[in-house]
Amino acid sequence: MYAQALDQPEGHRECASADGAALEARFLSRVASEQKVEPKDWMPERYRRTLIRQISQHAHSEIVGMLPEGNWITRAPSLKRKAILMAKVQDEGGHGAYLYAAAETLGAAREDLIEQLLSGAAKYSSIFNYPTPTWADVGAIGWLVDGAAIMNQIPLCRCSYGPYARAMVRICKEESFHQRQGFEIMLTLARGTPEQRRMAQEALNRWWWPSLMMFGPGDADSKHTADSVRWKIKRFTNDELRQKFVDFTVPQAQFLGLKVPDPELRLDEASGHYRFGAIDWAEFNEVLRGNGPCNRERLAARREAHESGRWVREAAAAYAEKQRARTSAAAA
Amino acid sequence: MSDPRSPLWEVFVRPRSGLEHKHAGSVHATDARMALEHARDLYTRRGEGVSLWVVRSSDIVASDPAEADELFEPARDKIYRHPTFYEIPEEVKTL
Repeated sequence: MYAQALDQPEGHRECASADGAALEARFLSRVASEQKVEPKDWMPERYRRTLIRQISQHAHSEIVGMLPEGNWITRAPSLKRKAILMAKVQDEGGHGAYLYAAAETLGAAREDLIEQLLSGAAKYSSIFNYPTPTWADVGAIGWLVDGAAIMNQIPLCRCSYGPYARAMVRICKEESFHQRQGFEIMLTLARGTPEQRRMAQEALNRWWWPSLMMFGPGDADSKHTADSVRWKIKRFTNDELRQKFVDFTVPQAQFLGLKVPDPELRLDEASGHYRFGAIDWAEFNEVLRGNGPCNRERLAARREAHESGRWVREAAAAYAEKQRARTSAAAA
Repeated sequence: MSDPRSPLWEVFVRPRSGLEHKHAGSVHATDARMALEHARDLYTRRGEGVSLWVVRSSDIVASDPAEADELFEPARDKIYRHPTFYEIPEEVKTL
């Protein structure tokens, strides 16, 4: 899954000393020449903070992303679909874990990051605040949401920060299954009864615009791109990636015989790109502010899961402590 | 009440027999057995390994990247350690 426009603004703080300036200059020239930055290397504080924020928000997105699909595990239409969906949801949890581990290499503690998610202080991808009322939504998520995620994540495999880039390589390899299983669900429905075709169309109607929003605000309104581009965290702008997604996805919708819910959508013969209508950014901002259809439900579910698991974490810690005490008693 | 903080473990995976264990990532776990189980669930969901090592991250001793120049300097001027340093006439075979 993914992290859209998670590079939230941050006040600029300049390097205080001449030493700092020299270190920063060396850092920038290394990054410019495509050398990777590793955890113990010197890095500007703003680079570190930007990465912790982006990687942890990306991790939160994976974790919250388990919820809309998890909703369908017990009601998947066959044992095969159920097994596939469980594997996919488990992958999303795994992706969250890879990403928390990458954030930890920057000096953040996983427990603190999770606390920021649960308290509502941290953001996660707005897309997961939409509901999944039918089985077709599971197909649409795999096809569109994971499709948009892949578009966003492939350039991150070349991100300047080594642990993030390596986590993204692993994630992208696994993500391809997610997108293909989603498309296959849509294809099965599209080739099914009129009612199944209607379900598929309605799911596309629900997920199309939120998927386009996943790439974040338009370039003209994106305040934080400059540093991320200079630091080689970000390699394409939001609008470039969004255009690429539309160009890839519209022919897939046509193959399914489904209609993209955008009356202004047309192929611009001269450029070969699909032109699409205006995105409702007011909706996007409302969802980011916590007023999407499922924001409260999602956080409540995460909090409940965290609280319900507390006794397990405490028991595991107590057991490990007891084993340690026994081992040292035996050694004495 | 805050959560107990579990230690971090580094995970190494042997992809198949005959290959060395390679660093794959890290996991949180309260003890070694849990670390192995988490490592299996996290890093070998698609049969990526036949053997796992886990080691407490705090037990790893690492060189300091800021001192890499000095640390690796002794090897830099010893080009005679490479076979290409030596000029052998072309008619000499299998050398």
